[in-house]
Amino acid sequence: MTPDVDTIWAWLDEVPDPEIPVISVVDLGIIRDVTWEDDTVVVAITPTYSGCPATSIINLDVETALRDLGLTKIRLKQQLSPPWTTDWLSAKGAAKLEEYGIAPPSAAGGPSKCPRCQSANVERVSQFGSTPCKAHWRCLSCLEPFDYFKCI
Amino acid sequence: MSNAALFQTLLRLGDNTLVLGHRVSEWCGKAPVLEEDIALANTALDLIGQTQMWLGYAAEIENEGRSADDLAMLRDVWDFRNILMVERPNLDFGHTMMRQFLFDAYHRTLLTALKDSTNPRIAEIAAKAVKEATYHFERSAETVIALGDGTPESHEFMQNGLNLLWPFTGEMFECDAIDAEMAAAGVIPDPISLRDTWIALVSDTLTEATLAIPQDDFAHKGGRTGRQHTEHLGHLLTQMQWLQRAYPGANW
Repeated sequence: MTPDVDTIWAWLDEVPDPEIPVISVVDLGIIRDVTWEDDTVVVAITPTYSGCPATSIINLDVETALRDLGLTKIRLKQQLSPPWTTDWLSAKGAAKLEEYGIAPPSAAGGPSKCPRCQSANVERVSQFGSTPCKAHWRCLSCLEPFDYFKCI
Repeated sequence: MSNAALFQTLLRLGDNTLVLGHRVSEWCGKAPVLEEDIALANTALDLIGQTQMWLGYAAEIENEGRSADDLAMLRDVWDFRNILMVERPNLDFGHTMMRQFLFDAYHRTLLTALKDSTNPRIAEIAAKAVKEATYHFERSAETVIALGDGTPESHEFMQNGLNLLWPFTGEMFECDAIDAEMAAAGVIPDPISLRDTWIALVSDTLTEATLAIPQDDFAHKGGRTGRQHTEHLGHLLTQMQWLQRAYPGANW
């Protein structure tokens, strides 16, 4: 029996992002479409940043997960347009990021508070952080550095 | 519209990001401070990622069985179509950031226009890349201001960098028969039309950075036509391509 697309979406929501394993690839908003084309399941994936090295790992993880769940004919296609935006990060994903210690993206252009101590007294160290999708900030209250998920 | 002209146009886009991406990556592990090291490596990564899209499409258009990797790793100097500015050696950090700033302002302006290209593939790559170019521009402009309007020593480094690089900016707005054909088809903007926006962007930042814009408009050219690259590109390619040259087809 072939699973319907809703079931496959639920399966994909269990596939963790390789760099930030507390959120799923669905939370990240990079799974753009899941369809059946005859007996092949087609998953459209959009890259976060053009050169993000995690992209190929994500493709591998998605394919492996679906294969482990019994699907045999799988096609992954890259979809560039419309370009990925942090607006597609799910509310669930944003909450998990913060719990994990990464300030979620904010339209204000910076984090509203420190993800560790909740202080609003924070400053930017650098526009770039440990991965292409993050910037480097620090809290002036608890003095801890933290990652901020860039807003693009 | 001929495929030959489209192919050349895509090489011009992809070779700029490839060569600059490689140059910027040369700072990896030896930038002045850790944050700058990470920032430069991330910038390089974005540029190489964009290269994958431009040269990937170029390879499809060429339709000779070559891949983006083949185009990047197995062409020699005379087949590269990047502007001369991006192949310049990094020199000091100030020169590197000034080059980045002058390029980012151009790149953002160009990609913004390319979002409206009549070629849908170019439009979607540009829509993706312009977000990254905008982010790069914000950072390089901030750095140029911080160092230009910094200490007398940092100011001098930035002014020297600007003086050295300025004669290489004119090539960005050069228009040849390929550009004219592509612009007439609405595939790319007329390069000359980007100049006013670029000058406005650059002037605002350089003024705030207390730097003087050189008044000489002499321009070194020959990179984007492939007519005459500087000697520096050959040295860059020996490093970038040696693995594929020594071990053809190697992968991991």
